[in-house]
Amino acid sequence: MHNAEPLISVSGLRKTFGGIVATDGVDLEVRGGEIHAVIGPNGAGKTTLIAQISGALQPDSGVIRFAGREITDLPTYERARLGLARSFQITSIFHDMSVVDNVALAVQAQDGHSYRFWRPARTDPVLVDRAMDALARVGLDGRRDDNAGKISHGERRQLEIAMALAAGPSALLLDEPTAGMGREETARMVEIIRSLKDDHAILLIEHDMDAVFALADRITVLVYGRIIASGPPQTIRADDAVRKAYLGDEVSDHAEG
Amino acid sequence: MPIRLPSLRNGVMFAGLAGFALMPVFTGVTGQPYILDITMRMMCLAIAAVSLNLILGFGGMISFGHAAFIGIGAYAVGIPAYYGEYSGFLQIPLAVGVSALFALITGAICLRTRGVYFIMITLAFGQMVFFTFVSIEEYGGDDGLVIDTKSEFAGLIDIEEPLALYYLILVCLVAALYLVKRIVASRFGRVIQGSKSNDDRMQAIGFNTFRYRLTCYVIAGALCGLAGALLGNFTGFISPDMIDWTRSGELIFMVVLGGAGSLFGPVLGTVVFLVLEELLSALTIYWQIIFGPVLILVVLFGRGGIDGLLSRLANAQR
Amino acid sequence: MDWTLLVTQLLNGVQLGVLLFLLAAGLTLIFGIMDFVNLAHGSLYMAGAYFCATVAEWTGSFLIGALAALPLTFMVGLAVEMVVVRPLYARDHLDHVLATFGLILFFDALVHLVWGPEGIAIALPGFLDGRVTILPGIEIPTYRLLIISVGLAVAAGLGYVVTRTRAGMLIRAGAANRRMLGALGVDVNKLFTLVFAGGAVLAGLAGLMIAPITEANIGMGNGILIVALVVIIIGGIGSIRGAFVAAILIGMIDTMGRSYLDDLMKLFLSDQNAETAAPALSAMLIYILMAVILYFRPQGLFQPKVR
Repeated sequence: MHNAEPLISVSGLRKTFGGIVATDGVDLEVRGGEIHAVIGPNGAGKTTLIAQISGALQPDSGVIRFAGREITDLPTYERARLGLARSFQITSIFHDMSVVDNVALAVQAQDGHSYRFWRPARTDPVLVDRAMDALARVGLDGRRDDNAGKISHGERRQLEIAMALAAGPSALLLDEPTAGMGREETARMVEIIRSLKDDHAILLIEHDMDAVFALADRITVLVYGRIIASGPPQTIRADDAVRKAYLGDEVSDHAEG
Repeated sequence: MPIRLPSLRNGVMFAGLAGFALMPVFTGVTGQPYILDITMRMMCLAIAAVSLNLILGFGGMISFGHAAFIGIGAYAVGIPAYYGEYSGFLQIPLAVGVSALFALITGAICLRTRGVYFIMITLAFGQMVFFTFVSIEEYGGDDGLVIDTKSEFAGLIDIEEPLALYYLILVCLVAALYLVKRIVASRFGRVIQGSKSNDDRMQAIGFNTFRYRLTCYVIAGALCGLAGALLGNFTGFISPDMIDWTRSGELIFMVVLGGAGSLFGPVLGTVVFLVLEELLSALTIYWQIIFGPVLILVVLFGRGGIDGLLSRLANAQR
Repeated sequence: MDWTLLVTQLLNGVQLGVLLFLLAAGLTLIFGIMDFVNLAHGSLYMAGAYFCATVAEWTGSFLIGALAALPLTFMVGLAVEMVVVRPLYARDHLDHVLATFGLILFFDALVHLVWGPEGIAIALPGFLDGRVTILPGIEIPTYRLLIISVGLAVAAGLGYVVTRTRAGMLIRAGAANRRMLGALGVDVNKLFTLVFAGGAVLAGLAGLMIAPITEANIGMGNGILIVALVVIIIGGIGSIRGAFVAAILIGMIDTMGRSYLDDLMKLFLSDQNAETAAPALSAMLIYILMAVILYFRPQGLFQPKVR
């Protein structure tokens, strides 16, 4: 599905911490079936941007819309219920639960009925089946009963994605999904994200330029909270301002190689 | 299906509950009603500890004002009795209801905060209840109130009879344990535990955790109100001293000593706490000189409490 | 309206306020810098009172007792920090409150063992025992005026140290961002120990100043500790300025509530109802205030910095 209407639309977003401008008049759109990557040097305000879209931070000014509806003042959990899911840059899972229980909680959030006090949740087929579906999509179904605190770093990153997926969202905000991963793990994650593209709008923050250029339909470059360029990957690669401000040699190599 | 032996944990739990059930037989034979009294007190406080464990152990809400609910429950028996209203069918629902209401109001404020603020605010609200009862002269103020007649249950059960009261308390304890066991395993319980583990993530996947935590706080408060009503009936005397913040501290210690976040741990903690208190205070009136440092040592070195010890033992056997 | 009573009650409010501030200052700094919750802070208040009472009894002089009590309380603070508190910094708040709760039990029993169950009175020297005229027709006890003066002077001194000196800069830096201290090359252990013991001295000072009025007795710090906690919650944990504002506020409201709430309520209720309800309501007043403030500002009135 490739919609003309943007699913996520951000306009005039601004956020300051003390004197520091973290987000400086950002306009951004993400359409269904599209991967929109946001890149930029450390401290460019990428995570702050995701935090505002997901509701963890309140912007000073600006408007955030999701599926045509303004969500700027909605709390995080309501945005999640509308179908806007996020993964975290620093792995944020339930360390003391099993892998499948982690995902089942996310399913439960979307399924509702959390004021059930009596029936055991762990054997609830509604939760378990859908959790297993999400685990299968990220290739973690073999690890279902392992303790989430004990699996490898790469697997935890996959679990992050599975938890975001389990709520059945229409849009995903992925904050550096390949952070801290090796080459092989990164390649697997790129495949996972590619497979999610068809039925989700994805806003991707990523440091790994190979991953970005392999996945993104559109790239926005953020420097000191301000957008300095936005467009298809070829345009960004060729953009002088971007080269100077951020990409430097890395992109030249990429373009030549 | 092969016969499965109960795990060490479950074994200890069943042995403990069987011990409670058989205690009257033992004291009947040996003629030590004094021990029966201690056990009744133990079971009342165990219910309170089990209720605290629901929010503290499973929900990560470190309430330092839990004894307030014991007091509210006890006064909900004592105040009607003061006016000559002895019906348990009024007193018990009143104890549970007022405790739940107090939990709802204070919880709605406490749970807006986190961490150390939560600890201190629950502590302050507990003191508020303490000072409120101290200042009401009508109900004895500082000196407390004697309950001359225990709750009456329209002839169904006569708790003036010590054994009847004993088994009523035991049934309530077992029911409380079963309730917590079911809640913890339910969808609701998963939300509570998820919120303890990682509240930000819970919000990000779509839970309004505040409401669930508040509900949990109300359940725990109501359950502790029941414990207070039973304790008031057992002691026949209620005073603000039951609500003093040191009582709340003792309840937390019982939970941590037994093992926060384990089902039966708080009961074990209560038993060990009260036995230790009895033994040490028989030894010297300065027993807290020993008891205080024991508490500190448990905090420093006793990870997971008695329940943690049991699971380490069970693992070592394997 | 009885003006003498009003002025006296206002001054009583300030007196309670400065005592609360002395306790709260240590609590809020210890929490702000070390992220440590010290429920045993009230035991240091008690220690100050007992040390002062004992030395005053030996020497016959309250002032010598007071001067001796401060270094003694400092040493108790040092010992507590090094033996019990230091291993707990890395632990969570639950462990802090439990272990310091154990300390309270220990100290209360220890005082019972050493000094016996009865409270110890402290006689004031003659020049402090009288009354002074502060306004025409209004006189108040000299000693109360001294408590207020000492309290305000210490508050001013502490304010100076925290805002104007290098040590104070480190303390504020630590309260705002703990990790920065190590990066600045500060001996963090030493700073923590000194702040803890410094807080102990302030608590001890509060305790020894109140002792001539109330006697030194077992558990005297436990009740006021809770009120001091309310103060730092309202003021914003870690903020000295917040602690001062909240301490005076709480001192005033508590004192005024106890003196005037019944009169105020008689305007709305029958005399009898007012006299029954007023004591209960005035006991609840500061907690209600805390609840209201927290409802609108969950982080208290002054927050040094977002962590």
